[in-house]
Amino acid sequence: MARPASHSSLWQLWHQVFTDLFRWIGVLGRELSSSRGRWVVLALPMLWLVAFFLVPFLLVLKISFASAVSGAQPPYSDMIGTAEDGALTLRFAIAGYQLLLTDSLYVTAYVNSLVFATVSTLGCLVLGYPIAYGIARASPAARAVLLVLVILPFWTSSLLRAYALIGILRTNGLLNQLLMGLGITDAPLVILHTDLAVYIGITYNYLPFMIMPLTANLMRLDFTLLEAAADLGARPLTSFLRITLPLSVPGIVAGSLLVFIPAVGEFVIPDLLGGPDALTIGRAIWTEFFSNRDWPMASAVAIAMLALIVVPMLVFEYVQDKRLEGDRR
Amino acid sequence: MNGRKPFVLYTAMAFGYAFLYLPIVAVIAYSFNKSRMVTVWGGFSLKWYGELAGNTQILDAAQRSLLIAALTATLAVCLGTLAGLALARFGRFSGRNLLSLLTSAPLVMPEVMLGLSALLLFVSLEQLVGWPERRGLTTITIAHVTFCICYVTVIVRSRLVQMDHSVEEAAMDLGARPWKVFFVITLPLIAPALLAGWLLAFTLSLDDLVVSSFTSGPGASTLPMVIYSKVKLGVTPEINALATLVILFVAAGVTIAGWMLHRQGKATG
Repeated sequence: MARPASHSSLWQLWHQVFTDLFRWIGVLGRELSSSRGRWVVLALPMLWLVAFFLVPFLLVLKISFASAVSGAQPPYSDMIGTAEDGALTLRFAIAGYQLLLTDSLYVTAYVNSLVFATVSTLGCLVLGYPIAYGIARASPAARAVLLVLVILPFWTSSLLRAYALIGILRTNGLLNQLLMGLGITDAPLVILHTDLAVYIGITYNYLPFMIMPLTANLMRLDFTLLEAAADLGARPLTSFLRITLPLSVPGIVAGSLLVFIPAVGEFVIPDLLGGPDALTIGRAIWTEFFSNRDWPMASAVAIAMLALIVVPMLVFEYVQDKRLEGDRR
Repeated sequence: MNGRKPFVLYTAMAFGYAFLYLPIVAVIAYSFNKSRMVTVWGGFSLKWYGELAGNTQILDAAQRSLLIAALTATLAVCLGTLAGLALARFGRFSGRNLLSLLTSAPLVMPEVMLGLSALLLFVSLEQLVGWPERRGLTTITIAHVTFCICYVTVIVRSRLVQMDHSVEEAAMDLGARPWKVFFVITLPLIAPALLAGWLLAFTLSLDDLVVSSFTSGPGASTLPMVIYSKVKLGVTPEINALATLVILFVAAGVTIAGWMLHRQGKATG
């Protein structure tokens, strides 16, 4: 008797579960079709981003104040503990941040990152401006082809493109073969694993980011202004410097930010193309984390990077946006 | 305009495009090189593709990466569309600023920061609730979805803002329920944006090295992780062949999708 009874109770349970499930799906459906459904639309992405972006971010902040404990799993100290008399203690270790300011290694990493990002942004601007200008002035059909050609590399793997550059820049690579073949240099130039290679690499990787906003900006430029200037006797260079360039400043700023911000935190390119002394923040965090297993230090470096570079850039962009909006009004 | 400036302009443009494409073309050319020496041309050969086909480590990683990329893109499109819809259509609501911040912050967050923070979350979760026991496919996918949502949101949101709101309003006035309006009217209209968002999320996930390295566990290397460790050891013809396949695969996908969108754009005006 026991067996069928448990069977029937199990069956009842499943029945219950299924009817409940369908009832709840019905409720959910009604909920979704009512105006309250928008809260579901809102809540799903919000919950995901809070759980997997905001909370982790706060965790990094928290762990940056812990101290490293080697051998432990995970390798950092508990900040909230109990003292011997049972009182709750809260330990803040700011050793990581102190080290950040005093150890020349980290200061060098920050300076390097800023220099790499700045020089590469300028490189993108110099290379990208003529392309953007040419695209903006091309016929619609040519413009579409030229734009696709700019965007296509952006879709292909940046890791593989960094790898492709190694083949070009190596001592016995294509560039040196070309230079020596043309008789420009006698001995191969050492480019790979120098700072120059990092500049070339970041410029190469982020060039589409500069060209796209610049093109959008230059396409809105009123080219009759240039014709008027030419009619009035201005030389092309003068009208470029006094009309085109000032009017394209918003595009230049947008493109520069798109290149500069990711370039500061870049890991792959300095690591593959730069020399061992091309220490950047990205590499510093990577080494602290994977080689030294000092998670609090890695977190402190990351927080400092955000506070020193990313946040000021965002504030700058915000102010710029507000100013442009003000101009439009 | 005098004749000199276009010449300077065209030279500069040609140099820029050569800079963009020469390294890629060189990799593709050398992938057919017979010689093991990467710099010496030893005749045409497909032998590196053959070796690639026999490399189980790379094939395993490629399979894992493709699976992660497909899962990531699909989840990111679902969540990103909801976020884009909320930001473009819900007007002012409490939490709008938070959602706007959360969907734009990962775009400017350095990859190392995204990877580090995701890992610290998984480690803390493991301590608290015992999940995830092992890091691998699931943890990498979650971390990828998190930053891919933001790209999809940007695309969907800008498409919705450009789109004529009156069709949706008309359907609403005729008594269609909001959810039906979304599926029958809004969704088909933003389909190109969804396709673009899916492709972008797919390629971002497929390309990612840094976030995957942080959130992966033993025995769960993705394709970029395998490529990175091989490249660290030096340039090999096998990686040339692999790079060629990946580049052609992505280029073909993007070109076909772009062509389809272009045709659809023409058809619907």
